[in-house]
Amino acid sequence: MNKSIPLRALAAVPAPESPRHDFDALLQSRGLALPPLGITTLQVNITKMCNQVCRHCHVDASPKRTEALSRAGVERCVELLADYPEIRTLDITGGAPELHPDFEWMVGQARALDRHVMVRHNLTVTFDGHPRTGASLAHLPDFFARHRCELVCSLPYYQEFFTDAQRGDGVFAKSIAGLQRLNALGYGRDGSGLSLNLVYNPVGPYLPAAQSVLQADYKRELTSRFGIEFNQLYTITNMPINRFRVHLEKSGQYEGYMDKLLGAFNADAAAGVMCRTLISVGHDGSLYDCDFNQMQDMPVAGATGRAATIFDFDFAALMRRQIRFASHCLGCTAGAGSSCGGATT
Amino acid sequence: MSSYYESTDLAKFGQIGEHGKALADEFFKYYGMVTGADGALTRREKALIALAISHSEKCPYCIDAYSTACLEAGANPAQMMEAVHVAAAMKAGITLVHAVQMKNHLDKLVL
Repeated sequence: MNKSIPLRALAAVPAPESPRHDFDALLQSRGLALPPLGITTLQVNITKMCNQVCRHCHVDASPKRTEALSRAGVERCVELLADYPEIRTLDITGGAPELHPDFEWMVGQARALDRHVMVRHNLTVTFDGHPRTGASLAHLPDFFARHRCELVCSLPYYQEFFTDAQRGDGVFAKSIAGLQRLNALGYGRDGSGLSLNLVYNPVGPYLPAAQSVLQADYKRELTSRFGIEFNQLYTITNMPINRFRVHLEKSGQYEGYMDKLLGAFNADAAAGVMCRTLISVGHDGSLYDCDFNQMQDMPVAGATGRAATIFDFDFAALMRRQIRFASHCLGCTAGAGSSCGGATT
Repeated sequence: MSSYYESTDLAKFGQIGEHGKALADEFFKYYGMVTGADGALTRREKALIALAISHSEKCPYCIDAYSTACLEAGANPAQMMEAVHVAAAMKAGITLVHAVQMKNHLDKLVL
């Protein structure tokens, strides 16, 4: 098996799509329409820089990526939260979002507006520090607790083998240490109000097991082996884009994986897709239906025909938009469904 | 045909219904009921049993299918390997227990 994954999978030219994986045609054939239901979450991909280089990463994040939202963009996102109380949650992702110079300012502003703040925290950045400047980020757990951020942390399995295979050598051990440190601050403990949720990803082209079953496994194993507690496990299906798609194509598994996703299409899962209730913000301020569309360069169309942005944010127009679908959307609608909050059924 | 076992043939399993559809339909319905849902055994337990049998019966289609099925049921490589060891131990035990027959015959032959 070829284990090499390019840091910039975008440089690879994807194979042409098969007509049978046409998501819009699939919805039409099933008589399904998926209009927006609201905008309750602003999900901001604040930087593509990451201290890790995960083999499945749909962002192609790595220490070499420098794309980041400008200070003006960060300030505009905070303004949007102030202007639209319907947007109850700020979901900050990356890359490792903590590597953005204005990350902590943004969290503080959003919390001052009484917004729920979710941080997609990889657990290791606390120990690794900034990959380019070497600055320590050891204060992050205390910062998160002080601002009562909800943490969503990837841990592909409760054992080292799968976790390090997907996220890099040594990541499992550091993740366990990170979770123990968060637990010591109250995260994941009953009654603390500090939410600590974990994310399971399959370590290859297969679907996740039932979320409830895996959650029970994780709780039993992490508690008995490491004394770790957490709140919920989210199962997320691997999206057939960017770095994971390159792996699928190089290993001759792309068509098979797409057929698996298609064969597991679930209309109930489709009804709960996250793009119906969130808006995704890219590093240049452009708006997208979700983080996956963002990485596929499929922006929401603005009034002028160009990409809509945070700077011409029009809530009513966004509610009237047609969500853009493509073949990768099969990943969110297979089996029990998949979203940034786990299964959708 | 270059080989008796082509991995792409697994996806053609349903085509056995082209000849004897009623029997094939009944088989696949039964197969799905047995393996596709939790019952007295969980899907994971059933997948691990099937993986062990795949090895003892030496079916490459089944090994591919149930390695994936085990992962999709939340099993891990340690559990999967242990299931194969169960199959191997059974094979060894089945071979060795026949030595009793050998001994019985020896007892009859030897003065």
